[in-house]
Amino acid sequence: MDFLISIWEWLHEYVQYAIYNGVKVVVILVPLFVIVAYYTYAERKVIGYMQIRKGPNRVGPKGLFQPFADMFKLMFKEIIIPTNSNRYLFIIAPVITFAPAMAAWAVIPFNDTLVFADINAGLLYILAMTSVGVYGVIIAGWASNSKYALLGAMRSAAQIVAYEIAMGFALVGVLMVGGSLNLGDLVAKQAGGIGHWFFIPLLPLFFVYLISGVAETNRAPFDVAEGESEIVAGFHVEYSGMTFAVFFLAEYANMILIAMLCSLLFFGGWLSPVPELAGDSIGWLFGKTAVFMLLFLWFRATFPRYRYDQIMRLGWKVLLPVTIFWLVVEGAMVYFKVGPWFG
Amino acid sequence: MLAKINYYLKSFLFLELLKGMGVTGRYFFRRKITVQYPEEKTPISPRFRGLHALRRYANGEERCIACKLCEAVCPALAITIESEQREDGTRRTTRYDIDLFKCIYCGFCEEACPVDSIVETNIFEYHFENRGENIMTKDKLLEIGDKYESQLAADRAADAPYR
Repeated sequence: MDFLISIWEWLHEYVQYAIYNGVKVVVILVPLFVIVAYYTYAERKVIGYMQIRKGPNRVGPKGLFQPFADMFKLMFKEIIIPTNSNRYLFIIAPVITFAPAMAAWAVIPFNDTLVFADINAGLLYILAMTSVGVYGVIIAGWASNSKYALLGAMRSAAQIVAYEIAMGFALVGVLMVGGSLNLGDLVAKQAGGIGHWFFIPLLPLFFVYLISGVAETNRAPFDVAEGESEIVAGFHVEYSGMTFAVFFLAEYANMILIAMLCSLLFFGGWLSPVPELAGDSIGWLFGKTAVFMLLFLWFRATFPRYRYDQIMRLGWKVLLPVTIFWLVVEGAMVYFKVGPWFG
Repeated sequence: MLAKINYYLKSFLFLELLKGMGVTGRYFFRRKITVQYPEEKTPISPRFRGLHALRRYANGEERCIACKLCEAVCPALAITIESEQREDGTRRTTRYDIDLFKCIYCGFCEEACPVDSIVETNIFEYHFENRGENIMTKDKLLEIGDKYESQLAADRAADAPYR
């Protein structure tokens, strides 16, 4: 032990810093990968159950090893690069989608002390990261040299532009109550039980955020970018093996991110709903996140896919006016110091 | 006016969406109807049309009299028959081939047969491992018929009132 400590002290300060942060990255990302793997399993199970089927139950007890079977299958599959595609962009596109989906987790606080990077502009950083991901989708569609991929990429570009704005405005509402861009501060502002959480004064904005979150991650009923039945698989038709798996991972990591943000920004994160009965803990955060994650699956099992022009209508003509209207209402609430939120 | 307000109220309260989620939510807890195939199987009708077989009479004489009605009726031209006269003066097949790749399992051969010789069994789990195994020869067909005669007879008896 002393020997290890002496090695540690012998290392340069910067090396120590790099190792320390590297360990933190691993501590966040490895559980994230495991959760993503089992989220795919949960998705198949939940949707199966809602269709009175049993879902995967062959690999291991109750099918619990299914994600690993899928993973190994994808790892050993050939990566096919289509002729006349731009091979460098083709390979780099999944990485561009994947990297921001992981990077966004840096500013997520798990409780009042557990956070990788406690930066001031955390919320802004997350907005930036989640919108960088779509460049990967667009590049993938362009580099594939396939008409379906191109169509999917175009759809997803238009959709993200439409919903990013509504999403940003919904978060402006959160800023107006919270008065901070730091996620930890935003949660701390909601202390004092379920009545103090932001979802009560911001209910319409919460719904706008949830809907645009689903649209942002290209999930059903807003999955026109994939559009299984119309454009085969949209932007990732030409992808196989690990390149496809990376897209898949990014999508699910983004879903978990949106679910976690919902619980952090609107539902008090790690705060207990009734602080007199049960203390705050990280378990609350995970519980709330799990509920929103389940909602994502439930939506997919229930709603048919939106038509493309309907998506545009909803984004520009419904969600955006609703958010702007509610910002005005919220301004009035700030002025009159309504309730425990604006006091 | 009132209808319009009603419409907006309905769509902004997500009433229909919640109703839909209620339906899927209820189905989540329903009893699952999946049939776990290799362990569980669905019941098979006596009229099921699976792998072919040639039957014999109880005394061991093969039923087929080489009338070639099945060959004539077969829409996929899957059946090939050659015949000659046996020493006792009866006409018998020397060759009776069914190409299972051509066969569409329509059951016309079975219907055309005047002596209930060519039949389709309820065997549907079979496979080929080599080229040429898809041709069912007379020997193979008779073998299947001998092996499953009791089942075949029972199925015919069950279906007899409707024939």
